[in-house]
Amino acid sequence: MRDFISKTDKLNFVEPSLRKQYLKSLYFKLLVGLLFFLSILIVSIISIKTGSINISIVEIYRAFFTETENSYVIWNLRFTRVVAAILAGASLGVTGAVMQNVLRNPLASPFTLGVSQGAAFGAAFAIIVFGAGQTHYYGNEAVTVFNRYLIIISALVGALLTVILILFLSFLRNITPEAIILAGVAISSLFGAATMFLQYFASDFQVAATVFWTFGDLGKAGWVENKLMFIALSFSLIFFFLNRWNYNALLWGDEVAESLGVNTKFLRISSMFMSAFVVSVCTSFLGIIGFIGLISPHIVRIIVGNDYRFLIPYSALCGATILCISDLISRTIIAPEIIPVGIVTSLAGAPVFFYLLLKWRRI
Amino acid sequence: MLKVESLSVGYGEREVLKELNIEFKKGFIYSILGPNGSGKSTFLRVIDKILKPNNGTIYLNGKSIKSFSASQISKIIAYLPQRIDILPFCKVLDAVFLGRKPHISFEPTSFDLEIVLETINKFGLSKFAFRNINELSGGEFQKVLIARAFAQKPEVLLLDEPVNHLDPKNQIEILKLIRKLTKDNNILTIIVLHDINLAIQFSDYFVLMKNGRIFKFGDLTVIDSDTIKEVYEIDVEILEYNGRKLVLF
Repeated sequence: MRDFISKTDKLNFVEPSLRKQYLKSLYFKLLVGLLFFLSILIVSIISIKTGSINISIVEIYRAFFTETENSYVIWNLRFTRVVAAILAGASLGVTGAVMQNVLRNPLASPFTLGVSQGAAFGAAFAIIVFGAGQTHYYGNEAVTVFNRYLIIISALVGALLTVILILFLSFLRNITPEAIILAGVAISSLFGAATMFLQYFASDFQVAATVFWTFGDLGKAGWVENKLMFIALSFSLIFFFLNRWNYNALLWGDEVAESLGVNTKFLRISSMFMSAFVVSVCTSFLGIIGFIGLISPHIVRIIVGNDYRFLIPYSALCGATILCISDLISRTIIAPEIIPVGIVTSLAGAPVFFYLLLKWRRI
Repeated sequence: MLKVESLSVGYGEREVLKELNIEFKKGFIYSILGPNGSGKSTFLRVIDKILKPNNGTIYLNGKSIKSFSASQISKIIAYLPQRIDILPFCKVLDAVFLGRKPHISFEPTSFDLEIVLETINKFGLSKFAFRNINELSGGEFQKVLIARAFAQKPEVLLLDEPVNHLDPKNQIEILKLIRKLTKDNNILTIIVLHDINLAIQFSDYFVLMKNGRIFKFGDLTVIDSDTIKEVYEIDVEILEYNGRKLVLF
């Protein structure tokens, strides 16, 4: 076998420069990752600094080691928020990259399987039927008490229900990616209608609560939620990263992938399950945060190309960066009011996406 | 090296391949000829274990391919399907690199890189190495696909109509290259071709298929006007010139 390699062509022998160029492109891609890391770090620091109380960088640094004046604000308000943004952004970004691959569709996102509508239905069910958002009247004053964990668990069940339905369908009939997408659309509309049905019979307060729940809001996260999101994200990131060459092969279609030793059916189903699970966890904790899962992989693709060795970690980093920036905007743009971050990502994401489409036309 | 014993394959009820028996040897090019729907592509898919046979066994180096895992097969057999459904945006070099996938356990080694660069060089693709594959001409693109299969360092190479839609220059160039690499590396190459004259020029053996059966198998002597008439249902004349055969339609 070795002689095939050692025999060199006399024509067009440009091999040494090729190797150099290859290494150069590799270094460039690694540099991009470093820049993503740095931007997350910088935005996080700005985010922790900024707010109704301004905190100096020195104090943030000190707060990691000792008790300071604003320790509580840093640790329990700002830092939790930033960590939630990084975890949720990374989850949405990486699952977007994976879903676009296994469903062979550039418009696929973590919500393609109907996770968001499922979660919204679950939350509405908890609020309206289980009375998780009950309103008590004291004279003229009304106080709404939310049973947060009941809502979270119910949303998670709703989200996973859609996924299991679709995965069961695709496992049973071995249906094509196109059919899976259509099934996702159908199930989304089914759960959307079910949510509206519940809302129709609910009180004004309950309807408002269910609508408000759907706005993705990082303020809902605490350390418990962050820990759970971290665990879910870590598992899926490892799984996705180990399959990076399989995703690269799948880019060429099922037949090529199978001839390269990929079990396409298993890869597709397990990837969809992993993606949907991670996103279900994020969505049931925080609400629906749109657009990040769709846009992050495309941004990374434009910068480093369609190579899942880089797309997987970088889509996660890109998603985290975007969500951190969006969160900063949502907290500062009409301060002291905080807009739910889901509104910012969708409002700002759409124009950015149009710009990318027009500029590169390669998506 | 590759032996097929009473192989039958079907999609659902319909039987596509019936009772195939054939043995392929290393270092030669076999052309599979036959009309559309005669089971040529299916035959390649079964050999690559993408499809499972209903009956019969395929032996690879004396062992049934049932005992090989998909990843073991991919180290030995490279397969280029007739159509690539979707085109990813990627660079030529990345496309050829994919051929190393079966051999990469975690990340490519410098040995993998060496093979990829050599293959790119062999196929005259150095100029295009960092170009996006969707910017290539049909001939260049086809070369990239075959280069990917070669980068796999297979012992068996299965090519399904690799020179369709190409101009004569590219057809000849690619088939010459395939022949050279087959001989240099002593591998087994099985090609599905539609052009009988190209097949005659570049292959050592001919497998003529009709209705899912092997109609005839052998060297150049099996190519005669009666056989072609029987297989393709067309009248042809065969000229001999300097010991070479030419089929006139």
